[in-house]
Amino acid sequence: MESAKAIIETLHAKFSPGILKVDHSSDMPVVTVESSIIHDLIRFLKEEPAMGFSFLTTLCGIHYPDDPLPLGVVYHFHNLEKNLRIRIRTFVPSEDPQLPTVTDLFSAANWMEREAYDFYGIVFTGHPNLKRILNVEYLDYFPMRKEYPLEDPTREDKDDRYFGR
Amino acid sequence: MSEPALHTTLNLGPTHPATHGIFQNILTMDGEEILAAEQTIGYIHRAFEKIAEHRPYYQITPLTDRLNYCSAPINNLGYHMAVEKLAGISTNKRIDYMRIILMELARITDHLICNSVVGVDSGALTGFVYVFQERERVYEIYEEVSGARLTTNMGRIGGFERDFSPAAIRKIREFLQNLPKVLQEFEHLLLRNRIFMDRTIGVGRISAERALNYGFTGPNLRAAGVDYDVRVMNPYSSYDDFDFRIPVGSSGDTYDRFCVRQEEVWQSLNLIRNALDNLPEGAYHTDVPAYYLPPKEAVYDKMEALIWHFKIVMGEVDIPQGEIYHSVEGANGELGFYLVSDGGRTPYRLHFRRPCFVYYQAFPEMIRGGVLSDAILTMSSMNVIAGELDA
Repeated sequence: MESAKAIIETLHAKFSPGILKVDHSSDMPVVTVESSIIHDLIRFLKEEPAMGFSFLTTLCGIHYPDDPLPLGVVYHFHNLEKNLRIRIRTFVPSEDPQLPTVTDLFSAANWMEREAYDFYGIVFTGHPNLKRILNVEYLDYFPMRKEYPLEDPTREDKDDRYFGR
Repeated sequence: MSEPALHTTLNLGPTHPATHGIFQNILTMDGEEILAAEQTIGYIHRAFEKIAEHRPYYQITPLTDRLNYCSAPINNLGYHMAVEKLAGISTNKRIDYMRIILMELARITDHLICNSVVGVDSGALTGFVYVFQERERVYEIYEEVSGARLTTNMGRIGGFERDFSPAAIRKIREFLQNLPKVLQEFEHLLLRNRIFMDRTIGVGRISAERALNYGFTGPNLRAAGVDYDVRVMNPYSSYDDFDFRIPVGSSGDTYDRFCVRQEEVWQSLNLIRNALDNLPEGAYHTDVPAYYLPPKEAVYDKMEALIWHFKIVMGEVDIPQGEIYHSVEGANGELGFYLVSDGGRTPYRLHFRRPCFVYYQAFPEMIRGGVLSDAILTMSSMNVIAGELDA
């Protein structure tokens, strides 16, 4: 836990104005940062020897429709040598949601970013092949955004109102 | 000036008998040599992450069955542990050991399928048919424990729906006794087989550095020489009570992946034997009325049980707010659950970190410069499961 605190302090010292929130109440340190510094921060996490977060565990989109910056991306990094994990979150507006790609740092990010684009419409600038991955190419909406219902709302034969859905 | 090279475009899949699942690869070939591959996935995408946002927590377990359907119990139990972590539920040793037994059985079946299919793709059908008999026995154990065979929906949040029956324990013991003989014969068939070695050594190679960069986990990463195993690094379900070895390879080729899986089956057998021999006394479920359904008799004549039953079935149980990431060592790598709760009855967001979705993207790099028949072997030795890939 001490080393986790040290890492947060180093990040504060280097990226201070861009770090919006640090939360220690979760199972790993959660750092919410501005989208403008995300690429520099991830490069620092990966390449600085004192950080050593050289393994991208996962990356996924998230949507909070009532927030001023509704669309988010959550990165999970793992320092395999010290066995430390860290969660980085960043948010962008729903009009023109853009984030720099991290495929130049992690090959693993390629499909993860395509998935986040496919489901949330977050555009990763600089991505080598940003197109839909799991959905059909002609889909004209981003299905994991909260405004899209799970089932066709025009159907009348299925009424699940009273069953917790 | 030389003649422009004549390249062939070859469609491998989406439904091709040699790819063991539905995924497409558009290969650019120069004769027999592969120059480039373009992958298309998503043919069996079922929107699990979206569905999960609309279901009470206990109804999500059946979705996880359908991720890696070759080892469904690992997905089920891993998901339960993720919810328990969010809700702050701790389980007793008996539940933990029962989970270990089932997860290791699942790992064995998964590895048996993968390795025997590597045999099939290199021309040895016999081993495949032979070890499938043993897989059948594990499915009979699942049947005793959960009532189902493939999509097991095993366990509940907080424990299991029923204890191991005497028949289940007898079947596990029989399996522990029978498998070593079969496994040894299977190894004799392939491990030092000249044809098999020639077909697999040096094929589909990936370096440790590239494998880490591509987010490899599980046997595929260990075959490249990195000893990362979630069971050791972040022990869950009391794995730290047991002594087991993590096999690693050195060159990250198809043969190393085969050997790592084979050794892991032996280690899993030991783990199951130890867990079963030391299975502690205790309850098979935790006392968490908000998540665990009360016994049916109690529902009929106890008011409190009826209330809890109603709340659970109608999805009226509120879970604490928060976000967690919980990962387990799935049969093909780190299976993670990123769970965000806003306190409501359904997850606000549930993301599955599916190991083969992450590592399958390295496939074009691994087969480049090789021949087509080697690409087939590389794919089967990577253990890409379409259900998990497409979620």
